[in-house]
Formats: sequence, C-alpha cells, structure tokens
Amino acid sequence: MQQTETGLEPESVASPVESVARDEAIIQVDDLNKWFGDFHVLKSLNLDVRKGERIVICGPSGSGKSTFIRCINHLEAHQRGRITVDGVELNEDVKNIEAIRREVGMVFQHFNLFPHLSVLENCLLAPIWVRKTPRNEAIETGMHYLERVRIPDQAHKYPGQLSGGQQQRVAIARALCMQPKIMLFDEPTSALDPEMIKEVLDVMVELAGSGMTMLCVTHEMGFAKTVADRVIFMDGGEIVETAAPGDFFTNPQQPRTREFLEQILQH
Amino acid sequence: MATHQPLPDQPPPISQRGWLRWLREHLFSTWYNSVLTVVIGYWLISTFVPLINWAFIQAVFTGDGADACNPDGACWVFVEQRLGFFIYGFYPAEFRWRPNLVFALFALSVVPQFLPLPTTIRKWLAIFGITGLPLAAYFLIAGGHFGLESVPTSRWGGLMLTLILAYVGILAALPIGILLALGRRSEMPVIRGICVVFIEFWRAVPLITILFMASVMLPLFLPDGVTFDKLLRALVGITLFQSAYMAEVVRGGLQAIPRGQYEAAEALGLGYWRRMQLIILPQALKIVIPGIANTVISLFKDTTLVLIIGLFDLLGAVKSTLSDPAWSNVMAEGYLFVAFCFWVFCFGMSRYSHRLEKQLETGHRN
Ligand SMILES: Nc1ncnc2c1ncn2[C@@H]1O[C@H](COP(=O)(O)OP(=O)(O)OP(=O)(O)O)[C@@H](O)[C@H]1O
Ligand SMILES: [Mg+2]
Repeated sequence: MQQTETGLEPESVASPVESVARDEAIIQVDDLNKWFGDFHVLKSLNLDVRKGERIVICGPSGSGKSTFIRCINHLEAHQRGRITVDGVELNEDVKNIEAIRREVGMVFQHFNLFPHLSVLENCLLAPIWVRKTPRNEAIETGMHYLERVRIPDQAHKYPGQLSGGQQQRVAIARALCMQPKIMLFDEPTSALDPEMIKEVLDVMVELAGSGMTMLCVTHEMGFAKTVADRVIFMDGGEIVETAAPGDFFTNPQQPRTREFLEQILQH
Repeated sequence: MATHQPLPDQPPPISQRGWLRWLREHLFSTWYNSVLTVVIGYWLISTFVPLINWAFIQAVFTGDGADACNPDGACWVFVEQRLGFFIYGFYPAEFRWRPNLVFALFALSVVPQFLPLPTTIRKWLAIFGITGLPLAAYFLIAGGHFGLESVPTSRWGGLMLTLILAYVGILAALPIGILLALGRRSEMPVIRGICVVFIEFWRAVPLITILFMASVMLPLFLPDGVTFDKLLRALVGITLFQSAYMAEVVRGGLQAIPRGQYEAAEALGLGYWRRMQLIILPQALKIVIPGIANTVISLFKDTTLVLIIGLFDLLGAVKSTLSDPAWSNVMAEGYLFVAFCFWVFCFGMSRYSHRLEKQLETGHRN
C-alpha cells in the first residue's frame, strides 16, 4: 500500500475545530464535492479523522450524511476533491477501491445480510474470498466476533430467522471479521424496534472502547455523548459544525445546530 | 369455589363428518354446484371409460405384427415392435449398448436427485451430470476414439437425439444466458449494447427460421469444402435462441435483488465476479427457478422442430413410421406414445424445480 506524498500537495485550509496533524489522520477528506445529476449533494467537505477517533455525524434527513460516509468506501463516487484512506487515495482505480474496502467495514441501516447464507457463512465470506484466509482460521475468527456481539448460538441459523437486533449484530460481526481499521455505520439502529436498539448500541460502545476508528451516522444522542470524540452536524450537504460532544450539546455555536438539537431533544 | 373443568371434545354432527361432509361442501353446496357436478361427472365418465377401455382393456401390448391387434383396442404392438427405432433412430443395432450406457449414466446422475439421499452425494452426482456425463456421452455415442467405431450424426435419432438436443441446449443456454443477463446490466455501454442486440435479435426470430437458416442458408455462406455437421448447426441455433430467453429470465431475478445486497457485497471488498458468483447469482437464480424450469421445458419441446431440417428426433422417428403400409391406423398410438415420453421428462423437470425451490428455502423475507 503506497503512502501518499503529502509534501507534494499544497497545504489545505484546515477547518477551525480541526487540530489533527495530517500524517496522523487515517482518513483525509479534502474539498469533497458530489453531485447527483445537477443536485449538489455534498459541498466542499473537509475532515481529517485520527486513528482510533470516534466521530458521530448527525443532521436532518436529506442533508447528505449517508452520501458522505458512502463516499469513504466509494459506494458513491465523488466528482471533485480528494479522499485518502489509510494512505491510499480513492479514485476510479478498482485496485485502490478494493484495497480501501478491505480496510473499511460498513454497517447499514437495513443490515443487508446475505439471506441465502447462514450467519456464520455471512461472516466467513469476505475473509475467505477477499483476504484468502484458510477456512478453519476464518471460522475461528468468525466465531470470535459472533461471541463478541453475543450471538455465537445463532451461528448456524439463517438471517431470516433472527430478530432485527440480532441481524444488525451479525452485520457488525461480519464487518469486523475482515479486521478492518475503520468502521462506518449508517444509522445502524434506526430500522430497529426500540427494545432492540440497546443491544446494538451496547456492542457499538464496546467496539468504541476497543480503539476502533468509527464514523457513525446516528441520531442516538446518548451514544454520541458517551463515545464520540467529535460530533459533526451536517445540513444541506455542508458540515455546519464540528465539536466535542460536551460543547456540541451544551453550547452549539450555529443557530442551525441549535434548531436541530431542539427538535430532536425535545421528546 | 369450584375449579373450572374444561369441557370434553365432542364429535361434530353426522352431517359435518367424513366423506358425506366433504361431498356436501365441495360438490353439492348449492343447486348450481350440484348441476355442474352432475354434468361434469357425466362428461368424465363418458370420456374416460371408453378411453381406458381402448387404451388398456381391449388393447394388445405384445405380438408379432399388425395382425395381432384388436380393432377395438389400442395397438401397442406397433410401439413395441418399433421401440428400437423410436429410441435410437438409425443408430446401428450392434452399437446400441453405447447409448444405453449413456442412458444409465444419465439415470445415475438424475434419479438420485429425487431420492432422500445426503446433499453431498446428490451434489456430486449433479456435478457429474453436467461435466462428466456430456463428455462420456460424446465419446460413447459419436465414437471414433478409444477403439470405438465412429457413428455419424446422420444415424442418430429418436429419443436419444431429443435428449441430446435438449441436454446440450439446456447446459449451454444457461451459462450463456447468465452472462448475457449480467452483460445487459453492465455499466460498460459497449458490453451492454452487444448483449441487448444479441438478446433482442435472437428473441425476435422464430426458432423454425433459425433452424432453416442454420441448415439451408449457412452452407451457402461457407467457403466450398467447409462443412459443419447438421446436428451441430441445429445445436448452435437452439442454444443461441434459448440463451436469449434464458438471459431475460435471469435478468428478472437480478432485478429482484435489493440494492443493499450489491452494496454489502461491495463494501466487503469482493470483486465483481465474486459478488456475482457468491451473492447475487445464488439469490437471483433461486428466485427465477420457476422461470428457468419454464424455459427449459419449452426448450425440450421445441427440439421437435428439428424435424423440418431432416433430423429424426423422437417425434420425427414416430412420424416416419406412421406411413409404413405394414401398419394401418396406428396414428393415435404413435402420437400418444410421443406425448407420454415428453410428459414423463417435462413432468420430471417440473418436479425437480419444485424440489430445488423447497430445498433452497432459507426463510428470508427481502
Ligand atoms: N442515488 C441518488 N440519486 C439522486 N439523489 C440522491 C441519491 N441518493 C440520495 N440522493 C439525494 O441526496 C440527498 C442526500 O441524501 P442522503 O441519503 O445522503 O441523506 P441523509 O442525510 O442520509 O438522509 P437520511 O437521514 O434520510 O438518511 C437527498 O436529498 C437525497 O434525495
Ligand atoms: Mg441516510
């Protein structure tokens, strides 16, 4: 994996709250712009994420949160700007994209488990076919992560036989089996019944405690308060505010942020 | 306080029990249902009693020739006497053990699929059926290698030829169809364009036309001296025609797979072919098993069209013997025999597809 030569690029303007040294950042996003047709969905985003940092992204529906984190593993292509993940720059080169996807796990709102494979097979697939791990070793890793998400007993069931919360935990285990350096979460709990949210959040809190670099789109403000190092508020395709959770919730700087927090916290 | 005692179950009233109840509910529930029951019952009896009488009771099954037959019953002697021709066509009698061996291997790989055997055994037999069997069949039936005398394709015929056409057609059309379906959904415009043109061309032309072109027109365009086996030409025509249909069936399945499946597979770092092989196709093909079975069954029956380019498949073989002056009035028997053979194979395929569907059910709701 090649290291990008940071010396060659002009020093970009760091956003005010960011104090991350460039070479420490595992994800570097510079001037990211994306359009869906004529619709400018991401407007000049800048973000550096340190190794082990936990970032929560929130914002109103349609503000581009999903699109943003999907750009990081190139599920969406961007049209302008640079994204560098673990020293590899994302471009249209399939080799680079696949290299980055190996290091970046993703958990989706609707789980997206493979329904024709058992829970364990879901977890084995990528290690075996992408990492070329021997099957026995992959099974060991798979069971290890299924234990960590507390469902080793469901390993031989099919996803369709599990509850939503269990499915989402399998999805987390499946991503972890690739032993990624970064985990992306796109509203992992918003498709779940209330009584299942906690079991998924517990797993995520534990994961955060293990030092995983996490980018998490969520409206679970309790989760943000306990684990996030930084909270990012997006609106209209822009990063409106970035702050440590303490400041973010008690002392938001932007009127737009305040309005949003009032709306989601009033219940 | 008295504790509650559950009431014992009691049998339903006599009118609600057994066959009497069934009759009442299903056949005589209203006056017009009763009329329909009587009319249809009369029709069934007046049709099937004479038919069974003709086909079985008055029929003659074995004998030496047309004289053995009873004019009031079916003359199955005809089928019995000509069975060799119906099964092998003009294939030399002394070499018939070769196709027989192929039939046995075919049965070995197919019959266990219907038996309650362990999945691994069935899987390996099925894999043999699509790899080893066609190879073995080629070397055995065509000959020319391993000291087996070569038998030209012009002498192949009957049920054997029907099965060869169908088997090769199905085996080749499915993978080509899958590739075409994937190509049609490709993001690369050139590949997509080629696949669309191919599919739309072959789907728009009747199979008869294709077979005619393959047998009559194609040789005109080939340089002198270059010849293609007629059977091979028919096989290529049938395969390309069916693969276009197969492609559209498979494409229906691809479209039914939610986007999230593609995305999850991509996010794990799987490459395109791995995504298709491991995630998308297993699900898409499962969804379209009924459609694939449909296409395969219609292909099986369409093979009878090779009659018009002078190949004697099962139908052709039977038809050609009907004009034999030694046998008069055996048309019904001949065609019934053909229909029965086709029905056995098509029904078998239909059952197998049902079985496969059940077996692959994992209780998911997408
Ligand atoms: N494939 C697409 N084509 C066109 N427009 C899209 C596409 N995907 C998303 N959009 C639009 O881009 C905008 C941002 O979408 P995105 O899904 O990133 O929002 P979000 O912040 O994740 O919202 P939510 O909270 O509802 O998930 C929305 O207006 C959406 O309609
Ligand atoms: Mg979203």
